[in-house]
Amino acid sequence: MKKSNKRSPLKSGFITISSSLLAIAVGLLLGLVIMLISNPDQALDGFAMIIKGGFEDGMAGIGQVLYYATPILLTGLSVGFAFKTGLFNIGASGQFIIGAFAAVYIGVKWTWMPGNLHWLAALTGAFVFGALWGFLPGLLKAFFNVHEVISSIMMNYIGMSLVNMLVKRTVYDQLTNRSQAVAFSANIPKWGLNEVFPYYSMNGGIIVALLFVAVVYIVLNKTTFGYELKACGFNPNASKYAGINAKRNIVLSMVIAGALSGAGGGLLYLAGSGKFIEVVDALAPEGFNGIPVALLGLSNPIGILFAALFIASITVGGFNLQQYEFVPEVINIITASIIYFSAFALIFKSFIGKLLTGRRRPAVGPDQNDSEGPAADAPTSTPEPRIEPSEGGGAI
Amino acid sequence: MTAAQLLYFLAQQTMFFSIPLLVVALGGMFSERSGVVNIALEGIMIIGAFAGVLVIYSFQETMHGQLLLLLALLVAAASGLVFSLLHAYAAINMKADQVISGTALNMIAPALAIFVARMIRSVQQIPFKNRFHIKSVPLLGKIPVLGPMLFQNAYITTYIGFGILVLSSIILYKTRFGMRLRACGEHPQAADSVGINVYKIRYAGVLVSGMLGGIGGLVFIIPTSTNFNADVAGYGFLALAVLIFGQWKPWRIFFSALFFGVLKTIAAVYSVIPIMQEWSISNDIYKMVPYIATLVVLVFSSRSSQAPRASGQPYDKSGR
Repeated sequence: MKKSNKRSPLKSGFITISSSLLAIAVGLLLGLVIMLISNPDQALDGFAMIIKGGFEDGMAGIGQVLYYATPILLTGLSVGFAFKTGLFNIGASGQFIIGAFAAVYIGVKWTWMPGNLHWLAALTGAFVFGALWGFLPGLLKAFFNVHEVISSIMMNYIGMSLVNMLVKRTVYDQLTNRSQAVAFSANIPKWGLNEVFPYYSMNGGIIVALLFVAVVYIVLNKTTFGYELKACGFNPNASKYAGINAKRNIVLSMVIAGALSGAGGGLLYLAGSGKFIEVVDALAPEGFNGIPVALLGLSNPIGILFAALFIASITVGGFNLQQYEFVPEVINIITASIIYFSAFALIFKSFIGKLLTGRRRPAVGPDQNDSEGPAADAPTSTPEPRIEPSEGGGAI
Repeated sequence: MTAAQLLYFLAQQTMFFSIPLLVVALGGMFSERSGVVNIALEGIMIIGAFAGVLVIYSFQETMHGQLLLLLALLVAAASGLVFSLLHAYAAINMKADQVISGTALNMIAPALAIFVARMIRSVQQIPFKNRFHIKSVPLLGKIPVLGPMLFQNAYITTYIGFGILVLSSIILYKTRFGMRLRACGEHPQAADSVGINVYKIRYAGVLVSGMLGGIGGLVFIIPTSTNFNADVAGYGFLALAVLIFGQWKPWRIFFSALFFGVLKTIAAVYSVIPIMQEWSISNDIYKMVPYIATLVVLVFSSRSSQAPRASGQPYDKSGR
């Protein structure tokens, strides 16, 4: 569809991005309204705190943002990658925690490994086990017509209980009811970043995450494989007709999505920041935060990078918010409303498009319009593959 | 405990777990049969349970017993309905992606519940006193076998759940509204062409699901807990599985809710079942079983799926 807008690729990109910004603006506004209702005296100061986010505390604050952005950048890439194939990977949470366990297990047990390989092995473990957790929903989707949303939700809960059990059996610290600390050599190197950004949890994880962004960008945009994946997302029937093996691509897409989430788990729990796997019956929130990141980033790796930084920044803002009489859940409400409004992307885009062109679309029926091929000023074209239940079944 | 007592105990417990699944899955059925996928059920349950528990918490010193529970159920239904309006608006008016909108609601719900709770009480849990337990229903409780299984150690929510089941089945198959609802989920263009307002019917479907989802949330919390912590333990998602396994049909939904209820019961009370004590299996495995069973069940039921054809697709009048 993007090619239909050859005349103004820049403009169409601008419209797409501004629809994300509009969702953010409306979400933030809603947050402000809630704050005004709950505590009118401090609402404006508190809101300013959210907007300032990580920029409140100079380089240390930015370090904090980078630290919080790292895991959700990976889960955002994961959700976004699956979106490109028309799949909704809501199972990032399970993949994330399974990856985290693999990383912690290797980090605690494989102390025989040389220092500079140990963390790499632990991270690879996270990558592989996350992939495994994405493999099953992909398989069920491709060969048994089970909708990936429902199966990966189940995988989230199975992963949660499985990790609880495995932690208790292998790397358990009974006193604190959580996993043991990983060996020092399993921590991701800091590469001097902690000196640039004087935040106590600062580590090289963000560099690794940026590498993943680059790899995903190349795979999606510069390889035949990525092209096939996107084709399946745009139009499954046409790609099947063109000889693309859709089933294989569904499975692979979920495997890669799972691997990315798993790596996110590894990056967080190998950060050397005093993070342990707690034995509790709660799903990992980092997985769900990948969804707004992917939606805001429009499933584009570069967009996802900025979205992750934004979400991390308002999260840090939420921590700072506690010096006023606010509960940090305001941030969750804001992010959730941003997702809600980004679901309106289609309407937002045509709205902004109309504003820009100052002209309404010709008043003919849309089917007639579509049959004419790409309309000259059709800003409503959707670069996002829509997630639709497959014919006749697999609906949620 | 004798074998009979154990059986009665398990039957009673199964009701506690099955009835909320039944009610919520029936809610999901109304939404999906009208053509709107509703994965926001989890969030709707949280909102319903939150509002209901808040009512109980506020009035438990002045009101007693079943009347308070009924009031709380009404409030739960109303709040679920209002919350589901958000989904209806996104899915029907804005033609938004229904899965994304549902996910957003699932994330808003706990945040909102915690936010309001902390505004009121400064902690996120809301405790309540459970005075709604019925030891034995007069007369009915004395029926041999059936009495102890269904009419002792129970809550009125169980009977309300059965009432909703019968009513849903009648509404879906015997009323004009039910037939229109099904038509909108199968072929909205055809329904529109004979003068049915697809948007209105779909709104009705989503709102009914919001109402039942809200009720289901409270029904789940009352027997299983004494405080509400902005969480319904993934029951909304399980209800979706129940709905698929039940093939979008009320009575099949009932049996699949029973099936999942039994699994959940075993996970909750395996320690009192003599054989299972000896197996000494980790309780984490029991917790996993319902979800693994869901996956297995989905593998077998999704191939011959009878999902409403237009479910999940926004209806565009001009696409007729």
